[in-house]
Amino acid sequence: MSSSKRSTIIVEHLRKQQMWDSISKGKRLDGRNLDETRPMEIEFDIIKKANGSAKVKLGNTEVVAGVKVETGEPFEGLENKGALILSAEVLPTASPYSEPGPPDEETVELARVVDRGVRESQMVDLDKLVLIPGKTVYTIFVDCSIINADGNLFDATSYAVVSALISSKLPVFEIQDGKVVDIGNKQNPPITTIPISITAVRIGDAVILDPTSEEEACMDARITITTNSDGHFTAIQKGSTGAFTIEQIKKAAETARIKGEDVRTKLKELSNTGQ
Amino acid sequence: MNQAQNQIKNLIDENGKRTDGRTTDELREIKITVGVVKNADGSAFIEFGKNKIVAAVYGPREVHPKHMALPDRCVLRCRYHMSPFSTDTRKNPAPSRREVEISKVMRESLEPALILEDYPRAAIDVFVEILQADGGSRCAGITAASIALADAGINMRDIVCACAAGKVDNTIVLDINDTEDKEGIADMPVAYMPHLEQVTLLQLDGILTPEQFNECMDKAIVGCNMVYEIQRQALMQKYFGNETELKEE
Repeated sequence: MSSSKRSTIIVEHLRKQQMWDSISKGKRLDGRNLDETRPMEIEFDIIKKANGSAKVKLGNTEVVAGVKVETGEPFEGLENKGALILSAEVLPTASPYSEPGPPDEETVELARVVDRGVRESQMVDLDKLVLIPGKTVYTIFVDCSIINADGNLFDATSYAVVSALISSKLPVFEIQDGKVVDIGNKQNPPITTIPISITAVRIGDAVILDPTSEEEACMDARITITTNSDGHFTAIQKGSTGAFTIEQIKKAAETARIKGEDVRTKLKELSNTGQ
Repeated sequence: MNQAQNQIKNLIDENGKRTDGRTTDELREIKITVGVVKNADGSAFIEFGKNKIVAAVYGPREVHPKHMALPDRCVLRCRYHMSPFSTDTRKNPAPSRREVEISKVMRESLEPALILEDYPRAAIDVFVEILQADGGSRCAGITAASIALADAGINMRDIVCACAAGKVDNTIVLDINDTEDKEGIADMPVAYMPHLEQVTLLQLDGILTPEQFNECMDKAIVGCNMVYEIQRQALMQKYFGNETELKEE
């Protein structure tokens, strides 16, 4: 059952007032403009035991994503497609408020929204990952660990997943005498597009990008919009307990297209130099 | 919506009619009955196409466990649950990740309409049970839940109405059904407060160009307003009997 709760981070009234005053003048408490994202750093291939991995830093938010590839049965109803399984965990290291244990609803939402961005954009061409149609397919696990949480986990996790996938090398499996054999070669994953999510939050009448956790504690509503390389929308999720006007949503969608393209260019640039 | 290449079937025929005979701007048949669960403080039963959903509201009441209470406002608790017999293959009754997420977005879509500050230290529980699932059960669930909240006499800023729009065979259509959900290209559920003109739920699965997104958004809002009219009639029916000619404001 989903229940309204108090914000884990308590922001003092004076601090809140300060934030509102500052935002109404077009500047945020950390000095950023309303539509300015924090500096993004990506380290590729940091986990040698994984088939692909990346660590993304977005300000103080830090996420590691790892790709592991196995073979298995396809999903029901998707017999002729490889399987892609995405999970996310907010580690107990992430903040004083996170605890070990089964994922809470925010973490479930996080994993599902990031998954939707990757899946609906058809980033990985799952049709190319079938070994025996209807029986054996590649199963790609992408697991994400949030090491430090300082807001905008949606985008940081999504960038980590995309970075880990584009830099991954999949093992080549073959069927020999009805058995799956890893022949020891590596192949690039069949990547078709690069989905980029952009999260905006509304605080009062202002809509700001890439919120810190302090800003998230003061937000009225949140929206995460994912675009693919063509600049088309592939996933949207509105969150938090406030509402948006239609104009705010349409404007956020346009911003997500423009800013998404910037992030995509940066991410591609980093992946070329990082490998 | 994820499997675009499975489109062997045409979902829209040459006359512009959909698999269930609707035009692209038509809602499925919606029937709302208010006050169906006698023990609840407020309730509603909705038939939205083949969806059959019961929503019941208990509260404002004491919060258990007590430490969950909020000092300045009411706790809203929301459960979206599908009965095991509601789907083609039996659904495990344990809450799935999908249901956890929908419970959350449903709560967040209802909260902006409620004046929770009026009931500090109390809880309002909203239970939405999907007895039979068709496409768009979250929208139907939100529509029913908001009527149940109104029926419970909870102070509200507005009603929440919900309706999806989406893309099927390259056409933007209103109110996606089950087949269109599975075989179409995009599904975009929207919940809306018609008087405040604010969107309280927005999700998208599938690919839309910017123009299609705007068209989809506008179409969904038109659909929401149509749903709102049905909600209003249902509440009028319960509280004023057949004097449904009463004009709004």
